[in-house]
Amino acid sequence: MAVPESNEFFVDPGRCIGCNACVQACSECDTHKGYSMIQLDILDRSSSPQTIPVICMHCDSPTCAEVCPADAIKRTADGVVQSARKPRCIACNNCVLACPFGVPKMNTGMHLMMKCDMCYDRTSVGKKPMCASVCPSQALFYGTREQIEKLRPSSRPVHEFRFGMQEITTKVHLMVPRRSPLVALDVGAALRLAPAGDISGGEDPLLSGMAEGTFS
Amino acid sequence: MRIENPDSISKSPDGRPIADQPIWREQFPIDWPTDDFRSRRDFTKLLGLTSLAFVVGQIWIAFLAIRRRAAGPLPALQVASREEIPVGGSKVFDYPRAGATCVLTRIAADRFVAYGQKCTHLSCPVIPKPAENCLQCPCHDGVFDLATGHPLSGPPRRPLPRLQLEVRDEGVFAVGVEEGIL
Repeated sequence: MAVPESNEFFVDPGRCIGCNACVQACSECDTHKGYSMIQLDILDRSSSPQTIPVICMHCDSPTCAEVCPADAIKRTADGVVQSARKPRCIACNNCVLACPFGVPKMNTGMHLMMKCDMCYDRTSVGKKPMCASVCPSQALFYGTREQIEKLRPSSRPVHEFRFGMQEITTKVHLMVPRRSPLVALDVGAALRLAPAGDISGGEDPLLSGMAEGTFS
Repeated sequence: MRIENPDSISKSPDGRPIADQPIWREQFPIDWPTDDFRSRRDFTKLLGLTSLAFVVGQIWIAFLAIRRRAAGPLPALQVASREEIPVGGSKVFDYPRAGATCVLTRIAADRFVAYGQKCTHLSCPVIPKPAENCLQCPCHDGVFDLATGHPLSGPPRRPLPRLQLEVRDEGVFAVGVEEGIL
């Protein structure tokens, strides 16, 4: 079984209300062995209630797999990067340190890296991933492109990211304002925009950058 | 997105095509369909089937031994007349069946020896050398004792199969095989 081509994952951080439902639901997925593989990032608690759910973006050139010395991280033909294979994983933490999105999680007790695998047992049979099925604001949306265009007329998906010199194209899409001219989300540049040492400063650089379209 | 061609889903970080990539990228692919997984179950299956093949082989060998025993003693075959071979001379013959080549050597006026001619190393025919009191295999210079058939030097580790001989009035007869299977 493979994940159907028509269904895609869209993350819309602007809609996230930080309810943690996805975090709870994630641990219910059978492929996650009872552990939650999603992380709810709180951007800057003092200035904003903004939260971002972090799921695996399923890169075309997965950095986690590139750095794996044991050849344990594999991507299936439908483009889903799977958790490390248990017989191969040596729990070296390379993937955890290398992933630009910070997705892989090391389970030291099990000596195994586990990560968001888009709930492969569910999506491969046509169901939604756990997080997308419970998200009340549909910040995590799993469906066809026609559906997302109809539901979010003022947003559009991007799936290109830049981390310094590294360019990444992903299977999962991030929703950005439709009027924003950005093609690729330059995360490295966004981090540089933040004043050094000033973490309390007003706007969140990533979100304001998106709104102003400072990224190309 | 489901992409059938494995080459097109393997995108290396430098973006160059698969042909320009180092060989380890082909040997350790990230993509599941191009990886040659050997599961523990496959390995166990291989082990199980191999041991089963060994068991069947042992049963087959036992069956052959029983059949040979049931066939009774080997028939006597006249190899040569008593005066046909001079001392130090030898003669090649087939015993107990055609294709099982043996070599008879007269090492003394009243002593004959005969061995299977297949070297126990890699089955080359051995050549009697009565002057050096040995049989020599020319392939890898294996040497056997002419009196007993035991290996003296070179790669062979097992003795040559020795034929039981009877010297009767009418000639030299092969009547059986002492060891090994001819």
